[in-house]
Amino acid sequence: MNLSVQIGKLKLKNPVMTASGTFGYAEEYSEFIDLNRLGAVVVKGLSLTPKEGNPPPRIIETPAGMLNAIGLQNIGIESFIQEKLPFLKRFHTPVIVNFFGDSIDEYAEAAKSLSAAEGVHGLEMNISCPNKQAGWRIFGTDPKVTFEVVSAVRKSTNLTLIVKLSPNVTDIALMARVAQDAGADAVSLINTLTGLAIDIKTRRPKLANVTGGLSGPAVKPVAVRMVWEVYRSVKIPIIGMGGIMSSDDALEFLLAGAAAVAVGTANFINPRATIDILSGIEAYMRDNRVTDVKDLTGGMI
Amino acid sequence: MSRYFKAEITENKKLNNDCNLLTFVPFRKPAEPKPGQFFMIGMEGDYDPLLKRPFSLFRRTQRGFQILYRIRGRGTSLMRNLGRGSVIHVLGPLGNSYPMPPEDHAPVIVAGGIGIASVFSLAERLAAARNKAHIYYGARGASDLLMVGALKKAAKRLSLTTDDGSCGERGCITDMLSVFSWGASSERNTVIYACGPRKMLETVAGIAAGRGIEAYVSMEENMACGIGACLGCVVKTVSGHKRVCKEGPVFNAKEIVW
Ligand SMILES: Cc1cc2nc3c(=O)[nH]c(=O)nc-3n(C[C@H](O)[C@H](O)[C@H](O)COP(=O)(O)OP(=O)(O)OC[C@H]3O[C@@H](n4cnc5c(N)ncnc54)[C@H](O)[C@@H]3O)c2cc1C
Ligand SMILES: Cc1cc2nc3c(=O)[nH]c(=O)nc-3n(C[C@H](O)[C@H](O)[C@H](O)COP(=O)(O)O)c2cc1C
Ligand code: FES
Repeated sequence: MNLSVQIGKLKLKNPVMTASGTFGYAEEYSEFIDLNRLGAVVVKGLSLTPKEGNPPPRIIETPAGMLNAIGLQNIGIESFIQEKLPFLKRFHTPVIVNFFGDSIDEYAEAAKSLSAAEGVHGLEMNISCPNKQAGWRIFGTDPKVTFEVVSAVRKSTNLTLIVKLSPNVTDIALMARVAQDAGADAVSLINTLTGLAIDIKTRRPKLANVTGGLSGPAVKPVAVRMVWEVYRSVKIPIIGMGGIMSSDDALEFLLAGAAAVAVGTANFINPRATIDILSGIEAYMRDNRVTDVKDLTGGMI
Repeated sequence: MSRYFKAEITENKKLNNDCNLLTFVPFRKPAEPKPGQFFMIGMEGDYDPLLKRPFSLFRRTQRGFQILYRIRGRGTSLMRNLGRGSVIHVLGPLGNSYPMPPEDHAPVIVAGGIGIASVFSLAERLAAARNKAHIYYGARGASDLLMVGALKKAAKRLSLTTDDGSCGERGCITDMLSVFSWGASSERNTVIYACGPRKMLETVAGIAAGRGIEAYVSMEENMACGIGACLGCVVKTVSGHKRVCKEGPVFNAKEIVW
């Protein structure tokens, strides 16, 4: 049974990865699972300088989902390389670093410094955080700006480059094509959907940031649909995510066109979710006599 | 000794209108929890509720653990219905714990409402170490004061207040704390431990700072992962945002930006 998949220059031993921001710097989960079994580890979004993020409360549960407004709090690229990367180097699982900038130059600069660090195997550029101010969000919602910023990052790195797309657009397939044309090796989707929850007693928003990003089972059908739309319009591989809780969910994403999947919110509910999902995919392949996981990609009839 | 385990509920006892005492026995031996630590508890069901909920270790029993919880929203309402034999999914013990006081220091515990759940095991631990605490415990009414018998045994002295005066003195527990006189010399040898509503903790922090007393407060924030990965549970401190689930839940009161 062949579980390996190719994402840009990276050969992953299986298609199960972690979703940025839900798995910390992987250390947090290493007592619950063997990190060597993962297809890839994707770490929390990083920027050139550390960020404080938003004030609390930052998370609130909604029906079959959660809203978060972390605000991209992170320790900064330098501290990551010094303090977190050495631990990750002990494993033979590829490390994909999710990152962002506040300007095109910052994106390019961040990509450059991460590419110089030994032990970083791939980059995922986040142009789709719903918790940043409107001016920032154009990176992921205005095709012209998206093209510019992805092109600039492409010029600054030889590593496998994944562009993480926002679902908060009218035509996500168009955004995927733009990323592909600008030199992305793969696209990942979806990031969270912008949402709002209000406390009717106090009439105040439940999150300090007012709005937040919706994730979890509630977003899955939207995410699967978007993967399917993108699959029909780009050639580069797709990393599918959004509400994957079980191997059944992961298989839906593969059938819709994803080459690999990322597990996010599910890690909070079950810290072993990634491994359970991997085992479930293997069992499905055995039961259905699928010998190569690549044969599942886009297999919806 | 895994920190992720299934457990069976052996009892889910109603204590008053909105508080229950839940006893669970892990299927596998977990790590030994310390006073102030907490568990993330999840129920079996179709993603309702989705996330696990944090609850303090109330007490260690011979075979299992107890949590004392107040029914607040969806999760705790469903939890109330769990019967004997139900299975829960538990992450823990998590977070840091209350630092034990030096032997020559007198511990003072301040609990507001359900905050008693977190400091109860500390009171018992201090009693076992022959350094019983003076416990201040306030709640809305007499029926909301829980475990008073056990607290009496564990305390050097137990001072109670209720909002309606139905038990102990009428008023706020912090009012009582602020008028109490330890004497200037003993203040340096006092340590306060507090858990309760944020307003109460802020007042305790103010009293402690004013008198130069060391104080530790147990903070609460909404949580998703419970293990430091999601950055969802931060509180503002003098040195930036800190995670309640990892650097806390117990903080030196001086650290918190109220
Ligand atoms: C470290 C820690 C230890 C705790 N220990 C205990 C304990 O021993 N006993 C106990 O009864 N409760 C404890 N809590 C609070 C408990 O976790 C919440 O009451 C519970 O999560 C509410 O869940 P729910 O589904 O019933 O409410 P929800 O429907 O989720 O929410 C109902 C209301 O409660 C608020 N809320 C939700 N989560 C929290 C939270 N974590 N802290 C404060 N308010 C919250 C919501 O904002 C909302 O207003 C603790 C919290 C933390 C962070
Ligand atoms: C708490 C939290 C933090 C997140 N942080 C990031 C981040 O830093 N960068 C990023 O690209 N996506 C981030 N995401 C989005 C996830 O990676 C993922 O795209 C989204 O949650 C959908 O997947 P899920 O439903 O499986 O969680 C975050 C999501 C959550 C819930
Ligand atoms: S609950 Fe996730 S970091 Fe504390």
